[in-house]
Amino acid sequence: MSRVDGDNPNGGDVKKLINSPDDVVKEELEGIAAAHGDRVRVSFDPAYIVRVDAPVSGQVGIISGGGSGHEPMHGGYVGRGMLDAACPGEVFTSPTPDQMEAATKAVDGGAGVLHIVKNYTGDVMNFEMAAEIASGGGTETAAVVIDDDVAVKDSLYTAGRRGVGGTVLAEKICGAAAEQGKSLAEVTELCQRVNGQVRSMGMALTPCITPGAGTPSFELGDDEMEIGIGIHGEPGRERLPLEPAAKIVERLTMPIVEDLPFSEGDKVLAFVNGMGGTPLIELYIVYNELNKLLQGRGITIDRNLIGNYITSLEMAGCSITLLKLDDELTALWDAPVDTIALRWS
Amino acid sequence: MASSISYDQVMAWIHRFADVTIEQREELTRLDTAIGDADHGTNMARGMRAAVERVDALDGDDIGAALKAVGMALVSKVGGAAGPLYGTLFLQMGNATGGRSELDLAGWSEALDAGLKGVVARGKAEPEDKTMVDALTPAVQALEHAQNDGADLSAALAQSAEAAHEGMEKTVPLVARKGRASYLGERSAGHQDPGATSSYLLLQAAVDSFG
Repeated sequence: MSRVDGDNPNGGDVKKLINSPDDVVKEELEGIAAAHGDRVRVSFDPAYIVRVDAPVSGQVGIISGGGSGHEPMHGGYVGRGMLDAACPGEVFTSPTPDQMEAATKAVDGGAGVLHIVKNYTGDVMNFEMAAEIASGGGTETAAVVIDDDVAVKDSLYTAGRRGVGGTVLAEKICGAAAEQGKSLAEVTELCQRVNGQVRSMGMALTPCITPGAGTPSFELGDDEMEIGIGIHGEPGRERLPLEPAAKIVERLTMPIVEDLPFSEGDKVLAFVNGMGGTPLIELYIVYNELNKLLQGRGITIDRNLIGNYITSLEMAGCSITLLKLDDELTALWDAPVDTIALRWS
Repeated sequence: MASSISYDQVMAWIHRFADVTIEQREELTRLDTAIGDADHGTNMARGMRAAVERVDALDGDDIGAALKAVGMALVSKVGGAAGPLYGTLFLQMGNATGGRSELDLAGWSEALDAGLKGVVARGKAEPEDKTMVDALTPAVQALEHAQNDGADLSAALAQSAEAAHEGMEKTVPLVARKGRASYLGERSAGHQDPGATSSYLLLQAAVDSFG
């Protein structure tokens, strides 16, 4: 059934649980502040979420940020053992340099601050401008750009591979290293190593709808899927007729395995991520297929993460991320973490 | 026929561009939905609203200070790629016009050229990458040609907006090589670039305000 644009009180032609498209991020932050004051503090202008005990003296601070609409990333990962602060932009829009600079200051415990940046044109430019400003203010900063999405050709003719699921794993592992007292140079090197050993690819069953636009980001037929999507509702690499889960998992996994490459004897962390609109029942079916496929190639899943961790609003679909593990990365993954969305001791 | 641009006209231009981005918000977002992430209109409208608030609070007649205030507002309110790019455009135009209360054709041309150079340095896009540079570059060139031909200010402005319009239309068949549209590869062809479109609107607003 189609509606006339603007027919409903939210201003779009879809139903959303919002008050006004312009207030989505602000009101989300108010909700986070109300719910999680024991773990995080929220600054509204400029907007950032910071762990309640920041800055931690003598410890490397780690901040990340990006457009909103990917919850729980990044705000959900602020806390002991992961991020010190996160800067939320508008929906699918990079945050601004003043947010990043203020967050950098707020987490500067004297040991420097690492910026974990997803590789998108806007995110990279805004973090660059923030680093230029922060270095003038006397804080030592370093930046690592995560670009793990094998769906994008990395060439002179694109903006390069996107940062997707690997970002969550990098934030967890680097946060653990910072907690253990590693230096800025060591945490930065570790982050680069994680980025070098992680690969991802995603797919969509449905598009998503930003509150500002009110209409779907692309059109997909009832019997179609989009392979190689990013996390902003941008169309992907190719559009294909819908297939069984086993075949879809193969389409996502093989480019990942061949790219690094992952080979027989490797131990991996397998991360099956939901895009926001896909239930866990389906993500476990995906995980089962992934496990069988990797077993058949002699690759062992040593750790896993399954759930909605880096989403694209209400998009249905999933992404698969594989990180090649070694003893150090495994120990850092297992280290305690206490954030809104990821918690273990 | 006026031969110079006053401080008040620069303020009118900033207001005009803000009005146009708000009017064209849905169209810009529609273009961005095809090859980007469906937020260009929303972001530019939000940024220019903030820019107008800041310049309206200024005293004096320093064109450079007004343009820098617009740049800072865009950098801090827009985000995405458009924030740093349009922010840099206005900041560099402001640097080129600091302390001036009036610009002649040469002054305007130099300012826009400085802005374009800033955009290229920040975004590293070249002509035909399917970006705002494809509208701004011919606009700057048209201003220079008009100056060499001895055209008056309003004719030169009209020619630069016309050149930006052509540059904008020429982005349709291009395959994007920068920004989010580049992820689409060949599928980005056949769509007009939203950044080139807003850049054309910026130059058309100059015709409306300075003519």
